[in-house]
Amino acid sequence: MDGALAHPIGTRAGLSVEGVSVAYPNGHLALRDASFTLAPGTVCGLVGVNGSGKSTLFKAIMGLVRPSAGQVRIGGEKVQAALKRNLVAYVPQAEEVDWSFPVGVRDVVMMGRYGHMNILRLPRTADHQAVDAALARVGMADLAERQIGELSGGQRKRVFLARALAQGGELLLLDEPFTGVDVTTEDAIVDLLKQLREEGRIILVSTHNLGSVPTFCDHVVLVNRTVLAAGPTPEVFTGPNLLRAFGGALRQHSLPEQAKAHAPLEAGHVVVLSDDERPLVMAPDGRVLGRLTQDL
Amino acid sequence: MTELLIPFEYDYMLRAMGISALVGAVAGLLSCYVVLKGWSLMGDALSHAIVPGVVLAWLGGIPFAIGAFASGMLAALAMAGLRGRTPIREDAVIGVVFTGFFGLGLFLLSLFPSNVRLQTIIFGNVLGIADADIIQMAIIAVVVALVLGIWGRDLMLSLFDPVQLVAAGGNPSHMRVLLLMLLAATAVAGLQAVGAILVIGMLVTPGATAYLLADRFGRMAAIATFIGAATGLIGAYASYFLDGSTGGSIVALQAAIFVVVLVFAPKHGIRASRRAAAHAVAEPVP
Ligand SMILES: Nc1ncnc2c1ncn2[C@@H]1O[C@H](COP(=O)(O)OP(=O)(O)O)[C@@H](O)[C@H]1O
Ligand SMILES: [Mg+2]
Repeated sequence: MDGALAHPIGTRAGLSVEGVSVAYPNGHLALRDASFTLAPGTVCGLVGVNGSGKSTLFKAIMGLVRPSAGQVRIGGEKVQAALKRNLVAYVPQAEEVDWSFPVGVRDVVMMGRYGHMNILRLPRTADHQAVDAALARVGMADLAERQIGELSGGQRKRVFLARALAQGGELLLLDEPFTGVDVTTEDAIVDLLKQLREEGRIILVSTHNLGSVPTFCDHVVLVNRTVLAAGPTPEVFTGPNLLRAFGGALRQHSLPEQAKAHAPLEAGHVVVLSDDERPLVMAPDGRVLGRLTQDL
Repeated sequence: MTELLIPFEYDYMLRAMGISALVGAVAGLLSCYVVLKGWSLMGDALSHAIVPGVVLAWLGGIPFAIGAFASGMLAALAMAGLRGRTPIREDAVIGVVFTGFFGLGLFLLSLFPSNVRLQTIIFGNVLGIADADIIQMAIIAVVVALVLGIWGRDLMLSLFDPVQLVAAGGNPSHMRVLLLMLLAATAVAGLQAVGAILVIGMLVTPGATAYLLADRFGRMAAIATFIGAATGLIGAYASYFLDGSTGGSIVALQAAIFVVVLVFAPKHGIRASRRAAAHAVAEPVP
């Protein structure tokens, strides 16, 4: 919030990842020479198979791993300085959270305000207001006093989104936010991300859920141990690129002639790519037509 | 009836009850962090590793708390150093280091078998503590409580979600070191109340009990602090009559409370879980 006031939309520098390589202590080179940039007001999908380095890229952006080469700049600043200024908010993968930990919904959202508080982390009026507003915005105000383990999968996701909202910041990182989430919650999350984009923030969403990418991402970064391609969705999210990124991990079905006759798609060879429950439908030239909402 | 009030008439009893309540409270508060971090074994290791420091400090004529703390930190460093450099699993590293330190401590102690003050410190006898040592314990307890008052929330966040602490501009590895230091310091203070072998009880049991009773960290901390203080006080009081081990009575009392809570806790107790399961089965499918 403070950040948004200090840098009106349009004058803010975005996110730049320049030639980043990350090697883990066991010698595994998880990323090599990864580069891309994002301007303020962007929703970007970080797309790649499991193990392709999506989470590693997030860790590099948050300074949790030190790149062996290259650098990350957030709002024109080094990672440590950006973190000190509360510029980076993140939503963890559901599997990484201890849901039996003795904290309530409101406590978790208040954690988003820690960076705005003094050393004792004693909340002030502004912090309580930010928490209430964030809870209301994700529709969790009624459940604010629950322990986090007493929530459904979708509600759990909303709590952590609310925490990111309460924190504010220029860059929001979401690691696999759609895994284990029902369609209603997914739509609610997507709506929220679009609002945040209008506020001029950068939202980076990692996913291997191909079908939903074109519906809400205006940029795509394809990763497979490096950045294979990055740019506006229509240019990057194409059949050939996806096959390069996913290789054998995708199931590819070509529709029989009869099925095509009923489908309102262009003539020619329609391709359905799927890595999970939301298959992606592409035209013969590799353009993405949309996602399949019903089984064939 | 008046017989039961006799302990309150002696200054040394009042001091003993006061200090074991204070140390019990602080150890109880810290035990919440230990339990949530999953560091029971680490706490056990540190509380044994401080023993050689006590003897060496006595030999060198410096306050025992300083020697004990230094020895605990040295053990922690040794464990951290070994962890990254050998393929041996962490629990084995901890086991080797702490028994090594404890063995050295017991050996050094056996060289001075007639030293009552050392025996008192290492095996714990709250009724026999020298005044100077009570002051050391009190200072440690107050400092630990103050540090938790300042950094407790960051510490809690580092246990729940270390990445969020990073996002708030903090550093989880600093918190790890802080918890290690608090653990060693509290073990030093608890040493004299219950002895090196039982300190870990004070550093785990109240937190584990409170975890079963509370769904919020604040409540958990309050309950654990209260259990620590109450059992410390009662243990010291009882040892006036029982002429038995103070440490044993404090830690056994904590364990007894734990067992009662484990069975009867309203939400997370065994009986409540059974009832909830039976209820779920009996409920008609919607
Ligand atoms: N802490 C680690 N130590 C060693 N290798 C790791 C570590 N974390 C991830 N890796 C490896 O790095 C690669 C990329 O992992 P990750 O970034 O988690 O992929 P993704 O999030 O795309 O599934 C994988 O091969 C994984 O096994
Ligand atoms: Mg991942």
